[in-house]
Amino acid sequence: MEFQTAVFLFLAAILIYAALRVITARNPVTAVLHLMLAFFTTGGIWLMMQAEFLGIALIVVYVGAVMVLFLFVVMMLDPNFDQLRQGFWRYLPLGAMLGLVMVLEMGLVLGSKYFQVPLSEAVVEPGISNTRELGALLVTDYVFPFELAAVILLVGMVAAVVLTFRGGPKRSRVPNPSTQLYVKAKDRVRVLQMPVEKD
Amino acid sequence: MFENFVIPDFLPAAPEMFLAIMAMTILMIDLFAKDARHSIAFWLAQLTLLGCAFIQVYTSTPGVVYTFSNTFVDDSLGDLLKIFVYLTMIVVFFYSRTYLSDRPDMNKGEYYVLALMATLGMLVMISANNFITVYVGLELLSLSLYALVAMNRDSVQATEAAMKYFVLGALASGLLLYGMSMIYGATGSLEITEIAQSFGAAEGNRTVLVFGLVFMVSGLAFKLGLVPFHMWIPDVYHGAPTPVTLLIGSAPKFAAFALIMRLLVSGLLPLAQDWQGMLVIMAVLSMAIGNLAAIAQSNIKRMLAYSAISHMGFMLLGIVTGVVSGDPRYALNAYSSAMFYVIAYVLMTLGAFGVILLMARAGFEAEELSDYKGLNKRSPWFAFIMLMVMFSMAGVPPFIGFFAKFSVLQAVVATGEIWLAVVAVIFSLIGAFYYLRVVKLMYFDKPETETPIEAGIHVRLLLSANGLAVAVLGIFPQVIMTLCAYALLTSF
Repeated sequence: MEFQTAVFLFLAAILIYAALRVITARNPVTAVLHLMLAFFTTGGIWLMMQAEFLGIALIVVYVGAVMVLFLFVVMMLDPNFDQLRQGFWRYLPLGAMLGLVMVLEMGLVLGSKYFQVPLSEAVVEPGISNTRELGALLVTDYVFPFELAAVILLVGMVAAVVLTFRGGPKRSRVPNPSTQLYVKAKDRVRVLQMPVEKD
Repeated sequence: MFENFVIPDFLPAAPEMFLAIMAMTILMIDLFAKDARHSIAFWLAQLTLLGCAFIQVYTSTPGVVYTFSNTFVDDSLGDLLKIFVYLTMIVVFFYSRTYLSDRPDMNKGEYYVLALMATLGMLVMISANNFITVYVGLELLSLSLYALVAMNRDSVQATEAAMKYFVLGALASGLLLYGMSMIYGATGSLEITEIAQSFGAAEGNRTVLVFGLVFMVSGLAFKLGLVPFHMWIPDVYHGAPTPVTLLIGSAPKFAAFALIMRLLVSGLLPLAQDWQGMLVIMAVLSMAIGNLAAIAQSNIKRMLAYSAISHMGFMLLGIVTGVVSGDPRYALNAYSSAMFYVIAYVLMTLGAFGVILLMARAGFEAEELSDYKGLNKRSPWFAFIMLMVMFSMAGVPPFIGFFAKFSVLQAVVATGEIWLAVVAVIFSLIGAFYYLRVVKLMYFDKPETETPIEAGIHVRLLLSANGLAVAVLGIFPQVIMTLCAYALLTSF
């Protein structure tokens, strides 16, 4: 066995194990940590395909930033997964059957004689940096979608602010001692005049 | 590295750039302006859309122009659809204005900014010539819409709708991307025009192409809301604030139509037999489930949601009958009938939701069918507009909906698929029941309140024009039909 194949099999085995643990782990923190492991091994596989920049970006961006944030959220919210798992066994047979059919169908198409994609020749000449090429493509051929991706990030920011911002310190939940001291009875109790209701 | 690179021609994308810059400007102006009613944002947004329409007309060129390394295409189909998008958005903003200012919690400048960003997403989708551009445009549109649906954050219903929309939308994007990656793997190109040309060489990979196509069609069907991918439509239409429902139900349909034309008709035409089979099944199911489920609804927004599903199914018939077993004789007729159907549908949706928004007051939504009882006594003119819109949706002559259905059916019959036409007519007849029920409620039932309906002069005029357009364009459909045929003829 070639060295590269051995490394690939090793990484792929870890990847599959990690991905399985993501969906089977009881503890959400364990699941997130396994997702990180999955990203690491995917990064390794990409490195083997000579996509150094993408491999490193995956680790830096996803593991370094996105997943750490995710971990914070999971730890802070402490969601009750037993509640989320309600009905799991009820839906399992149907879900498993559909999933199995899809996996079989996809396996038949992708793993057979039909999928004859010619091996792509090395587009990048040796000695030319992968990162440089990607960067150049982004600002030349793909500049239009690239700029739009920036607009999408802006929309994400605007949406997050719109959905969470509640009008500044006015609505802050921190009590203000000064207003608490100066409170009067009429601020607390309101006397209403109402007509008597008869049944 | 840059020796072969030429600075792209920016002019074809001028409306998009203007829109993006103005949306950001409005975001900033609205933050700093002391304007509790957000009138500045509103009027600036309207001006922006008018400006876009002006630039669009002014920079339009005959023929097809590719720019930005072929990721962007500017043709007359795109020009026409974009102008319709601008006009629709202007009407949407006018109709939403009163509803929003009656509800201070929802009246934010960001409503206009996000709606403009959604418009930008539609424009990008309409003139996309690359899978990446398609995807980016679609995400821009969807992300803005998710946020708009959740805008009324104190409403449990709206939050639930936004959550469902977000999760299912993300799933649909995943399906679409997976399909695109398969087609990229088999043809080695992301460019739609190039994919169409490279089919001869990729013949050996036909199974992979069809495999990718299945995922792509599923993703598209999710976004269009076709059975069996329609589950989100009723919940989102019902849960979203009515102006947002109007927005989701109107202008994005143009973008979805353009997407189908670009991806399936211009990109994957060699696989037409495969996607036509899938679309026929979805069209028939959509018409069946949409029309039957709408009968059982007591909420008018939910009813219109199921009606949207059935209308999209009907529109698909026009696309399906375009090229039959390699024979493109009927293509122009069929595609322009589908385009006409989309335009007619958007016009009717605007009218229907216009009346719903007109009747809604602070603290009162006018969502239930029973709220429309005796509308004729309260406001005969608006009841008449609603009557025209409902008759038109049911396909009663002489309104525009009749001619839309008629031209699609004509295209279907021309290809000899009589059974398809019969099925379409039967389900339209079933559908007529729930449209006419609204008319019955308005004209023959006693009103629960006698208060007449008040509205600003803009809305009165616009809604009247909208209602009259439904009638007048039904009598003179040739105006729009010629435009559609011209746009398609010069673009493909």
